[in-house]
Amino acid sequence: MAVTKPAPPAATSRRRGPRLTRRDKLVLAVMIAVPTLLHVALIWVPTLLSVALSFARWDGIGGLDTIQWVGLENYRQVFTIYPPFWPAVQHNLIWLVFFLLIPTTFGLFLAHQLDKQLRATRIYQSAIYLPVVLALAIVGFIWQLVYSPEQGLINNLLGRTEQGNLIDWLGNPRINLWAMLIAASWRHVGCIMILYLAGLKSVDASLREAAAIDGANEWQAFRRVVFPALKPINVVVLVVTVIESLRAFEIVWVINAGRNGLELLSVLVYDNIVGEASRIGFGSTLAVILLTVSLAFIIPYLVVYFRGGLVGREVR
Amino acid sequence: MRWALLPQRGRDGGGGGGGDSGSKELTVGSNASDAVPKKAYEQVFANFQKASGITPKVNTVEHETYQEQINNYLQGRPDDVWMWFAGYRMQFFAQRGLAGDVSDVWQKVGGNFTQALKDASTGLDGKQYFIPFYYYPWAFLYRKSVFEENGYQPAKTWDELIALAKQMKGDGLTPVAFADKDGWPAMGTFDYLNMRLNGYDFHINLMGGKEAWTDPRVAKVFDTWRELLPYSQEGALGRTWQEAAQSLAQKKSGMYLLGMFVGQQVPEADRDDLALQKKAVDLIGSAAHISQFLDRDTRPDFASTVMIPSLQEFIRKPDDVAGLTTKIENQKKTIFTS
Repeated sequence: MAVTKPAPPAATSRRRGPRLTRRDKLVLAVMIAVPTLLHVALIWVPTLLSVALSFARWDGIGGLDTIQWVGLENYRQVFTIYPPFWPAVQHNLIWLVFFLLIPTTFGLFLAHQLDKQLRATRIYQSAIYLPVVLALAIVGFIWQLVYSPEQGLINNLLGRTEQGNLIDWLGNPRINLWAMLIAASWRHVGCIMILYLAGLKSVDASLREAAAIDGANEWQAFRRVVFPALKPINVVVLVVTVIESLRAFEIVWVINAGRNGLELLSVLVYDNIVGEASRIGFGSTLAVILLTVSLAFIIPYLVVYFRGGLVGREVR
Repeated sequence: MRWALLPQRGRDGGGGGGGDSGSKELTVGSNASDAVPKKAYEQVFANFQKASGITPKVNTVEHETYQEQINNYLQGRPDDVWMWFAGYRMQFFAQRGLAGDVSDVWQKVGGNFTQALKDASTGLDGKQYFIPFYYYPWAFLYRKSVFEENGYQPAKTWDELIALAKQMKGDGLTPVAFADKDGWPAMGTFDYLNMRLNGYDFHINLMGGKEAWTDPRVAKVFDTWRELLPYSQEGALGRTWQEAAQSLAQKKSGMYLLGMFVGQQVPEADRDDLALQKKAVDLIGSAAHISQFLDRDTRPDFASTVMIPSLQEFIRKPDDVAGLTTKIENQKKTIFTS
């Protein structure tokens, strides 16, 4: 958005705009209170309860009096004797870095190409965007068929379906995470492409003309003129990508319930809490760890945002 | 072996006193969501209605969902009668008062079941909490036609099995089909080997947390299993049991250690070739002891969060048994404390 004039000092800001009647104030209060109440009740309270339960042992059966408080014991177990934990953390971080580097740059590249008014650009856009419409569970299911060792598309195209030369895309823990990242990126690229396409359309055409007149080639024009103008979109893309990668769950769940190289913190939480395992306390500990990882990204973002550093305008 | 059984009355359950007060309706919670079993049960319920005059109202939930929601279901409003598995998990619920005592029913019908079945239906307090309904064994399955064509004999000892596997490999077959993408099929192999190498009592005690996984007898199971791995389908961790069963049906594999449900994956015309029904009855009838399945004979949190990843790790790296069993034992100690 364009830069607006900074507001005058606080004392005068209240006199800007129409006066609010009592009724207006009441309506405003209700409009803020209802969502806030819902938010607190459905998000904050359960989060705080999860944090509390992370210090307990409980199987969810029987009343609250069957909860045993064990202090940091769950954390100790998670960090020392729970084999899927460190791989899960590693995979979550790999997922994040991969998503930030590959599908975002590729989406940007596609957007830049499709912005050039090629023939049939709409067809390309629709085709690339189509996977975004699919739920991640469906994406996982589709790619599971593609990666199947004996009956899948890839192995059959490569002719490697016999014992001894088959590529175990889903069962080999060294490659299955990358296989899943490709599948997830297939979907994510479409999402990013559309965001950048919208952003590119809003870049002032005169900027590009000026760059062309100054003799910049395509790459230089892009790097020096177009990309900096995309800064607000970059922020959105960053947020969407971080959310999508920390949220990854269904796509690996559908494959093999998130084991054997596809461990993720979200899956470990689910494994321990939902279903018969019912290790509520232990699962809550894993959830708190995932929360902490997420906060590690959210807090710096909010700090920068509220300092106005992200979009070049005053927020207050 | 595992069986899904006709359940016991929920004591505090929703349908609540409905059944006892002589009402003409009975609610049934069912996890038989697949087409074939569902149809079979419908016949059972129809017969029940004719025989007793009570109408069963069946509430069918998708198989996996039913199991995952079981804790909430039982504490909320369970049906009068609900399907479940025998073994440890049944005893667990019975102990928490979530299942009704049906010892009186056993007085009347107990003569139809073997002692082994009765034991598996008994809670920790000696009372019975359910009625078995159907069951099937796990076994090494093969196609008769394949064996006849190649002149194979079913193996009776481990050494014979390995020799047979070598022979099959030489003939271009994969000796043993193998799949563990879903995590639980490999438990069948572990149970199978452990009971035969170390006996029923050791197996049940190990499942119950009373023996250590670092015991050399457990290491022996893994070492024996390792001998079979070179003859098992590779890439097991990326393959589902359905795909492995199809390799048996397509005559690409010689044998498969699985439950009778493998028949679902074999075309109807070929099912006789597996000769399942009669052999299964003989096998169970002559069994001295019947266990359930690893994830029913032990705590479910141990089975799903510890054993599944551990068995998969063994399949990936069969050589480090000592390290693996130590990890299992460490985790077991933290889970079996309550």
